[in-house]
Amino acid sequence: MAASANGQGYRVIGTRPVRHDGVDKVTGRAKYGADYSFPGMLYGKVLRSPYAHANIKSIKIDKAAALPGVKAVVTAGDLPALADKMEQAGEMAINMSQLSANILARGKVLYDGHAVAAVAATSPHIADEALRLIEVDYEVLPPVMSVEDAMKPGAVILLPGLRNKEEGPDQQTNVATHLQFKRGDISEGFKGADHVVEREFKTAMVHQGYIEPHNAVGIYNSDGHATIYCSTQGSFVVRSLSAAVLGIPEGNIKVVPAEIGGGFGGKTTIYLEPLSVLLSRKTGHPVKLTMTRAEVLRASGPTSGSTIRCKMGCTKDGKLVAAQIWMAYEAGGFPGSPVGAGAMTIVAPYNIPHLLVDAYDVVVNRPKTAAYRAPGASNAAMASETVIDELADKCGLDPCDFRIMNGAKEGTPQTAGPPYRRIGFIETVEAIKNSPHYKSKLEGPNRGRGVASGFWFNVGLQSSAMVNIHTDGTASLVIGSVDIGGTRAAQAMIAAEVLGLDANDVRPFVADTDSIGHTDVTGGSRTAFATGWATYEAAQDAVRQLKERAARLWEKKPEEVAFSNGQFTAQGDGVKPMTVKELAGRLARTGGPISGRATVNARGVGPAFAAALIDVEVDPQTGKVEILRATVAQDVGKAIHPSYVEGQMQGGTAQGIGWALNEEYFYDDKGILRNSGLLDYRMPTCLDLPLIETCIVEVPTPGHPLGIRGVGEVSIVPPPAAVANAIADAVGVRMTELPMSPPRLLKAMLNKRGGVEAQAAAAGR
Amino acid sequence: MHAINYESPKTVDEAVKLLAAHGEQARPLCGGTDLIIQLRAGVRRPEYVVDIKNIREMRRIEFSMQHGLRLGAAVPCVEIYENGDMRKYYPGLTEAAHLIGSLQIQSRASVGGNLCNGSPAADTTPALIALGAKCRVVGPGGERLVAVEDFCTAPGRTVLQAGELLVEFQIPSPARNSSDAYLRFIPRNEMDIAVVGVGASVTLDLSDERISEARIGLAAVGPTPIFAREASQALAGKRISDETVERAAQFAIAAASPIDDMRGTAEFRRHITGVLTRRTVAKAIERARSTQTSR
Amino acid sequence: MAKKVVVEATINGEQTEFLCEPRQSLLEALRDVLELTGSKEGCLTGDCGACTVIVDGRPLCSCLMLSVEAQGKTIQTIEGMAQPDGLHVLQQKFLEHASLQCGICTPGFLMSAKALLDHNPKPTEGEIRYALAGNLCRCTGYDKIVRAVTDAAQTLASGTRKGREGRLGSGPSASEQTDQFLQEQEVK
Repeated sequence: MAASANGQGYRVIGTRPVRHDGVDKVTGRAKYGADYSFPGMLYGKVLRSPYAHANIKSIKIDKAAALPGVKAVVTAGDLPALADKMEQAGEMAINMSQLSANILARGKVLYDGHAVAAVAATSPHIADEALRLIEVDYEVLPPVMSVEDAMKPGAVILLPGLRNKEEGPDQQTNVATHLQFKRGDISEGFKGADHVVEREFKTAMVHQGYIEPHNAVGIYNSDGHATIYCSTQGSFVVRSLSAAVLGIPEGNIKVVPAEIGGGFGGKTTIYLEPLSVLLSRKTGHPVKLTMTRAEVLRASGPTSGSTIRCKMGCTKDGKLVAAQIWMAYEAGGFPGSPVGAGAMTIVAPYNIPHLLVDAYDVVVNRPKTAAYRAPGASNAAMASETVIDELADKCGLDPCDFRIMNGAKEGTPQTAGPPYRRIGFIETVEAIKNSPHYKSKLEGPNRGRGVASGFWFNVGLQSSAMVNIHTDGTASLVIGSVDIGGTRAAQAMIAAEVLGLDANDVRPFVADTDSIGHTDVTGGSRTAFATGWATYEAAQDAVRQLKERAARLWEKKPEEVAFSNGQFTAQGDGVKPMTVKELAGRLARTGGPISGRATVNARGVGPAFAAALIDVEVDPQTGKVEILRATVAQDVGKAIHPSYVEGQMQGGTAQGIGWALNEEYFYDDKGILRNSGLLDYRMPTCLDLPLIETCIVEVPTPGHPLGIRGVGEVSIVPPPAAVANAIADAVGVRMTELPMSPPRLLKAMLNKRGGVEAQAAAAGR
Repeated sequence: MHAINYESPKTVDEAVKLLAAHGEQARPLCGGTDLIIQLRAGVRRPEYVVDIKNIREMRRIEFSMQHGLRLGAAVPCVEIYENGDMRKYYPGLTEAAHLIGSLQIQSRASVGGNLCNGSPAADTTPALIALGAKCRVVGPGGERLVAVEDFCTAPGRTVLQAGELLVEFQIPSPARNSSDAYLRFIPRNEMDIAVVGVGASVTLDLSDERISEARIGLAAVGPTPIFAREASQALAGKRISDETVERAAQFAIAAASPIDDMRGTAEFRRHITGVLTRRTVAKAIERARSTQTSR
Repeated sequence: MAKKVVVEATINGEQTEFLCEPRQSLLEALRDVLELTGSKEGCLTGDCGACTVIVDGRPLCSCLMLSVEAQGKTIQTIEGMAQPDGLHVLQQKFLEHASLQCGICTPGFLMSAKALLDHNPKPTEGEIRYALAGNLCRCTGYDKIVRAVTDAAQTLASGTRKGREGRLGSGPSASEQTDQFLQEQEVK
């Protein structure tokens, strides 16, 4: 299954130990955010708008406040007004006033489910009943639900203050940003094309679908200091953003990250956290807030639906010459869709001389979008990877060969930024070509095979780590990276490798914001890369200090002490080699305890490529698609714990398949979300997927001590296109809309068959 | 959720008294897989929740070739599936019970609750219709029998009056050479509400070449579950052939009046009604042919 | 203040008494009253299985059962799955196969898998997937979960750890029934 080469002879890296938090997780002992309870704790609930677009004329809270058991009711008036401009919040630029308005609406609601008020009461049921007693007077406005409706002349305007550079300071608009990327000369490019394919695609808004809803427990102390327990991907983000929204100093908030039940990018922002502190401050009690599933779907951050027009041309020999893309992504009620990333990833795996991409970030009356695993890239790949499939077909070329022929390599220009350094795109396609799946024959009617590729930048950013050596020779590793998928095990393995210990001798701990240095989010496929780097350096720092102690014991200089294969040695008679365990017992007498530490602002991140190979069978009478077989190849640089690397690849593939087949947000013509539950927001079940084969490709990232690239995201990018390509192979229909649900696919098949023929097919002959 | 009172009567009489006394303020609780969701959503706000699962009469599965089947309205789906007589003599109804939601849902959901919820998409209802099931309803004024196809009157509404309780289903003994089948269309492989559901039962004549009787029930293609009378009659007395089945399918499509919603368009549902009617009838026929040897 | 009710049930082998409101679900009673937070809330509509517990031998969603209905019942939760002498085979196999990433769905899966193996000690891959279809996982794509359950079944069947007796229906074995059912329903 895994095809990783362990040529470096690592002892721990590349093995598959049981994860350190495993027993807690399989026994129910692990504490997730909603599992926390404190004496005197109250329960909070949020009142949400039943309209997609409305002005708030007034909010009356007295009846709710008078309900026995209710201890506080808050609205946006209880939060400070913030400036309507972009501000730096760590690495991110955020419009704080919009963030605050998303947490509690200020004057206007912009989507069905937009938070309007919050209560704290002695039981969640009482809090729920209290919400019914809050009276909000809305002036309902027409909803704008699609990018087309938002962009047309005379469109209803969502944010009266929104402007973009192009349209100028006097033009109200729903277009927050227009980005353009250019290379070469696009019309010259298409002149050189023998084959041109142009299609328009629509992809529906989808949700990350984490099984655990958002949660936060806020405890405000009368000395002005607050603690937030929550399930988050970024405890430092929660701290800085909550402080800004609440108008209190950042250092007054401590965030304790609980275990987290999935995030996929959706928990890199804040919703309930500042409310928990606000309510705690008002009541003098700890306050717990959790979202219901309906709230998660209505009011957290799904990813954009989009409209993408993709035109690509190649020579008759299959050489890509030009790509022109127009893309508009739904930002939701406030600006900030991942359309920029969509624009930069769309043809990233290929060497194309002439390129023009126009990308639009458009506000609509849907929830404010949040990151979803390689945000923006899956939408884009659905367009480009299916167009490429058509071009390959026109040239009579195998789709893998077409990609290899045009594949980006070291030195190929990127859409934005410097040319690629050493990357593994071609290797991922070759891994697919060499897979047992690819080599197998697919037989039977209505069956088809499709392949697609994907790209994601990955990120570096900041991480901190500490390695404490204990007197028994074991170590504890303290990091700030929340563990969503098993990363703490990999971190411990890196430290163990450096220290010459077993994986089980290093205990990893994810610390709160007071106990570890700044660490950016667990996201962006960065944990193994950046936090792993910090862990590596922290362990090396510990080794340096241990060498000094050995030197002291042996009366040598530190430079004379060597450390390898877990042993400290030096030249000379009477020098007996020592392991870390042996040396650890002597720390007190040689100078005291040892803590290694390191912080990184990790540079030189290595971009990631993935390829998916999917076989489908289509029921020609119903349009239902069965996934028969799936294989995913991904370049991860170096797989620290292969089981969890495989798991990330399989998970991303499964989400991509759900995105391809059945996941979408259904809004009615009033802009109300019809499927705010997991019955009708249809994610794949165990019965909907086969086993997922994985090919781990390892092309090391130059400059990283372990060659790590990162694994978390890119596997979600190829599957929708791969499924579309497989459907085309199966039944000869090119789908340009996501999801490719049975009604859509059936309609396309019947249209293709046409008239009488369709009737015969439908009759099952 | 609003505050509720929980009652757990031990007999049908006790239950009927409670329901009659509180009228709209009481709601029977069986598996809870619909009611508890509705209580949480505030869609229903009764003061009293009357748990009927502890009434023995409503938990029985009693079968004999002589008298047919008396299926308690509160029997959870899992017990239907585990019952050998149910699997052998009413495979269509059994497979419908085994399709509802997940195994977790089937541990709790009941055929009676499924019907009383009044959803046109309930999986077991077309299978009951196909079997010609009758509903024994007990109320303060006495008892009555209601044909299952007459039970639902509109989405979420049934013929039950204040104080009335659905106690059991009475299903005729299966004739020789007869069997039933249920198929539904869902976009995933489990967990979805039926986009279209078709239940069919057929009785073949001794030659196995001709259908003597047939009943077809439809789910999710109208405001209530549908007894496709004309489709059923189109099969009766006919030789088994593609043409015969096709005629029945066309009548089934005509009996359907589906809407566009987030589970499917009307056009799609009509098409699938035809596809599933063909497939379900074919399966019932195949089963009826093979039951000869096993009974 | 809504009136509370005393409920007596056997939970993880212990006779237990607790106080709850009728409007609280069994899931709320477990988590908020008994502090057994291993069962998780994911959807409150029975669509995700994160709250799965075993009541009188049957897996069910504790979010769709009122706490008061627990009266007199025997309930197993994730907290009772391991024994003093070690983890259940299923728990062990989940760890060995890396069948969890975020772990939030894991208690529900373990309960469903245990209920499956208690009833059907030799499930096929199709039967495993069918039995677990009511448990959603968003992290793993289910691959390593299915492998772990398959491995656990084999380990239990080979007698290295005693499995509990399950109840099988009369007629064809549970295994054959489900396979046939799946074929007839044209699923897998």
